[in-house]
Amino acid sequence: MASFQWPWQYEFPPFFTLQPNLETKKKQVAAWCDLVLAYHKHHKIFNLDVKESQSSPLFNNTKIDRKLSTDAIYSILEELRVKGNIEWTDKTRAQCLVMWRTPEEWGNLIYRWASGCGMTNTVCTLYELAHGDDTKREEFFGLDDWLLKRALRTLEKQRKAEIMSFGTSEGVKFF
Amino acid sequence: MDRFEWGNGNLLQGETQVKQQHGVRLHDGTDKTAFDRGIITLTSHRLIWTDSVQQTTLVTLPLSLVLYAEEVPAGRGKSPRVAFHLHPAPPNKPPGPVMMSAHSYIQLSFKEGGETEPKAIHAGIVGIERNLEKKWRDTDENISQAFEDLNKLMKKAKEMVDLSRTIANKIKDKQGSITEDETVQFKSYLLSLGIANPVTRETHGTGTKYHEELAKQLSDVLTKPIEESGGMMALSDVYCRINRARGMELLSPDDLVDACRQFEALRLPLRLRVFNSGVMVIELVSKGEEAIIRQTAELLNEKKTLSPDELSQSTGISILLAKGRLLAAEEAGQACRDESVEGIRFFPNLFLNPPTR
Repeated sequence: MASFQWPWQYEFPPFFTLQPNLETKKKQVAAWCDLVLAYHKHHKIFNLDVKESQSSPLFNNTKIDRKLSTDAIYSILEELRVKGNIEWTDKTRAQCLVMWRTPEEWGNLIYRWASGCGMTNTVCTLYELAHGDDTKREEFFGLDDWLLKRALRTLEKQRKAEIMSFGTSEGVKFF
Repeated sequence: MDRFEWGNGNLLQGETQVKQQHGVRLHDGTDKTAFDRGIITLTSHRLIWTDSVQQTTLVTLPLSLVLYAEEVPAGRGKSPRVAFHLHPAPPNKPPGPVMMSAHSYIQLSFKEGGETEPKAIHAGIVGIERNLEKKWRDTDENISQAFEDLNKLMKKAKEMVDLSRTIANKIKDKQGSITEDETVQFKSYLLSLGIANPVTRETHGTGTKYHEELAKQLSDVLTKPIEESGGMMALSDVYCRINRARGMELLSPDDLVDACRQFEALRLPLRLRVFNSGVMVIELVSKGEEAIIRQTAELLNEKKTLSPDELSQSTGISILLAKGRLLAAEEAGQACRDESVEGIRFFPNLFLNPPTR
């Protein structure tokens, strides 16, 4: 895996101070949102623990000795929540799910692949879908189970797929 | 002994007798006095010593002067005693048997027993103290209750204001069947309640005609004094000056603030500025201000980053003024801040002017 490319803002000390000027803050928060999603996408991580994140390189640049305050982190996560990219797992807002692509976007990607390979009207297990040889090069390779299912459910709503279970494993049929 | 007063045997209004004991001698400190073989009477207000023989000879001591009472260990052949430690005599104390005493305590010796009675005196004092405490508590409760009523009134007032706001909004949306006349009348009621014209979007932004006129007036009156005091004046000073000048029809603080908020919209040469600390000032909008911001931004680009201290050094202005310029630049979008344990520092606003790769 190639190393993650930090954006120019990451080396810019003011990036780590929540700006009071509204216009400036807008740009800053937008840049942070992009960075958070890009980081999670690169490392294929689908969740975030706020406490742990404070010391992760994402919010903490030891090279310039700057890190985001908890308040700033929550501001950014709230913006992501509004955009639909994160979801809190509980009321205390200690952890959240990270969807650098929304379930709909994932659903479309998967369906495009499925119809492109002629997988329609056949069944494949969820495991094959996310971890099989055929999908190694796909972006959705390695997708967490919960997100995979959400994605497939959006396809179900469009009648493009149907989730089925066989004993202990689950599968999906594309139409 | 100089705390005692001559008495006349009459009880004070509301005074009641608590205890009496015969055979008591008064001592000034530990020294015997002539007041021997007397009757000591404890009342709700005083300690009264009456001569057993000459009932007209009577001295009294207000209980308020008694600090505390204690038993004196009895010596051989001596009668049991109780000492009363006393507060200093009040300055306008009525005349008594002794003008000046070296002691701030007296002793009572009991030839016929009753030495345990002073405990009753002590209890009497405690009882009085308790009464006083109760009075204070009652007063306190009364005041709290009165404030509760005030709180209830304020709550009702808030409901009234909310109600009139709702109606004002309805008028704005022209809902309901209200005629033109009624609308005008209602608006005037609202104004008298202190709610500005509901047709304008927010009292904050656009304000009433009154505030606009007031703003123009203020600008005429204040521009020169503010110039003379260095281009900036605290709002409290402005308030005082304006009202002193007006004499009658004084301005309320709220009206002053609302009028000042109109300066920018009316393109008047003054500005209301609120610092983070909450301090409000009126300052001149000098044509130079924009130039200074531009100058600061250029310096920032050149030096890549500046702290208030660094800017003050390179331009020869005070640190406070330097910080003000950096903050002004930030407000204008020409700078952004970096807060750390080392303090505050400013950079060119790369967020709005990203570096070209």
